[in-house]
Amino acid sequence: MSTLRCKKLGVVIGDTRVCEDLNLELGDGQSWAVLGRNGSGKTTLLHTLAGLRPAQQGSILLNGQSLAEQSKKQIARHLGVLFQTEIDHFPTTVLEYTLMGRHPHLGWLQWESEADIAIAEQALQQVDLLDLKQRDISTLSGGERRRMNIACLLTQAPDIALLDEPSNHLDLQHQIETLSLVREQYRQRLLLMSAHDINLATRFCSHAILLFGDGKLTHGTFNDVVTTASLQHLYGVAINSVQADGHTLYYPA
Amino acid sequence: MSKNLPALLLLLLACLGSVILALKLGSVPVTFSDLLSSLSNRQGLHQGLIFELRLPRALAAFVCGGMLGLAGLLMQALLRNPLADPYILGVSGGAASGALLAMLAGLGSLMIQAAAFSGALLSIVLVFALAHGSSSWTSNRLLLTGVVLAAGWNALISFLLVISPNQQIHGMLFWLMGDLSYTQAEVWVFVLLAVITLLSFMLARPLNLISRGELQATALGVNTRQLRLLLFFTASLLTAVAISLAGSIGFIGLMAPHMLRLVIGSDHRSLVPAVVLLGGTLLILADTFARTVLAPTQLPVGILTAILGVPTFLYLLYRNNS
Repeated sequence: MSTLRCKKLGVVIGDTRVCEDLNLELGDGQSWAVLGRNGSGKTTLLHTLAGLRPAQQGSILLNGQSLAEQSKKQIARHLGVLFQTEIDHFPTTVLEYTLMGRHPHLGWLQWESEADIAIAEQALQQVDLLDLKQRDISTLSGGERRRMNIACLLTQAPDIALLDEPSNHLDLQHQIETLSLVREQYRQRLLLMSAHDINLATRFCSHAILLFGDGKLTHGTFNDVVTTASLQHLYGVAINSVQADGHTLYYPA
Repeated sequence: MSKNLPALLLLLLACLGSVILALKLGSVPVTFSDLLSSLSNRQGLHQGLIFELRLPRALAAFVCGGMLGLAGLLMQALLRNPLADPYILGVSGGAASGALLAMLAGLGSLMIQAAAFSGALLSIVLVFALAHGSSSWTSNRLLLTGVVLAAGWNALISFLLVISPNQQIHGMLFWLMGDLSYTQAEVWVFVLLAVITLLSFMLARPLNLISRGELQATALGVNTRQLRLLLFFTASLLTAVAISLAGSIGFIGLMAPHMLRLVIGSDHRSLVPAVVLLGGTLLILADTFARTVLAPTQLPVGILTAILGVPTFLYLLYRNNS
């Protein structure tokens, strides 16, 4: 049982006001999409919610306790982040990288056990990368790398997962497979993802936050917040929708 | 770690082998049986030579090499830059400037050491204060500040060389290229290396994480702010002590960690003990050759670390390419 609560949250980056006076409670079983134009502050909001950068105003409570008062390790046991791509500096194998996810669960001086390795291997299996576990990460394609990062997150197994554009670099098959996998695993837990693909968000998210880039935002259940009118306002282009197979599909008119 | 145990044992053997070599070779060759009798009953033919000259020098070489190797490893993890080594942050430039000033003033060797150490510390504080600045210090900013400061120190070093009287230049050049002839490594130096090695080993998992990305490491529960400070100061301290003892010996801090990454991988649990052993071994070997190849002329050890290191490093770098 995990909750993430924003109390009068104000976030600013450079000249962009991401949000002001935001009161929001995110809880188990929900899957949130964060939508907005480039530079509207999706990543910044995500990092702030993860405690990676300080909020300018207000506070964020993870399971009732302020993020600022918790140690990084304490936070990492409950909350995990999938970053947009990072550069690698030194040779590392896929398995070694994925095993990093166990860090918050291991004590001082404790080494990864067979059980930890089994967890990491299972995660690699789920994202279809087990065959590459001994490969050096610099030899991976962008999409394979993305899946490895997702495997690392699954290995960490936090109650709350914040994903920064999880479908980046993924081919169509892996977009659907990987997001279905994550959504399925987080059916009872809390998921939040920033996204540019509205139709993927429609498919995998129950709630949405729309960032307008001027401090204004709307949030609520996905179908209440995401409409052709709100999307037109958000992206500044004309948008139409059609119904197909029980889904609403949005496309630029 | 367990899969790297054979490699670590091999390194330990190589280290012992290099000590034996250092005891045997020199203007007066010591045979193996001389060595054994000296070691067993402490009254062999070359008792004084072995215990008062060669062994202390070999141990000093080991501790300096180990410190430089470990400093390089920690710096590379801190800056996530494979080119980082103790020299890139200007630490050695500061130390050299201090040492040369002391030599120019005609001070004794203990004062030269103290001046070198102060110069190194000054450089560290400068880099830290400048790069710390407003918000967070990114590794690139730290690196650039160090490189620019190093250039400034180099100009000062050249200036000091130009204005120095001829009879002092030889000693200065030796210092600049590293020289273990007068090095006295006290017990506390070994204790320092042991303590920082142990500390780094205990921090191996956080080191693994931070070397793969700072944001990711923070999100996985590493207190990166604290770790960065700790790494910066321990690596700087190791470098400052090593340089003030033995002069600026280049290359080991850069080479030893990379050689090991190419062979045993990037897990710091293996890398930390291995880099101390390899750095120490390399410097013992280099110093032994430095005082024997052109005997009775002694060469600055820095020349030998490069001559031994460059081909070995290039071989390791390219052996997987074919």
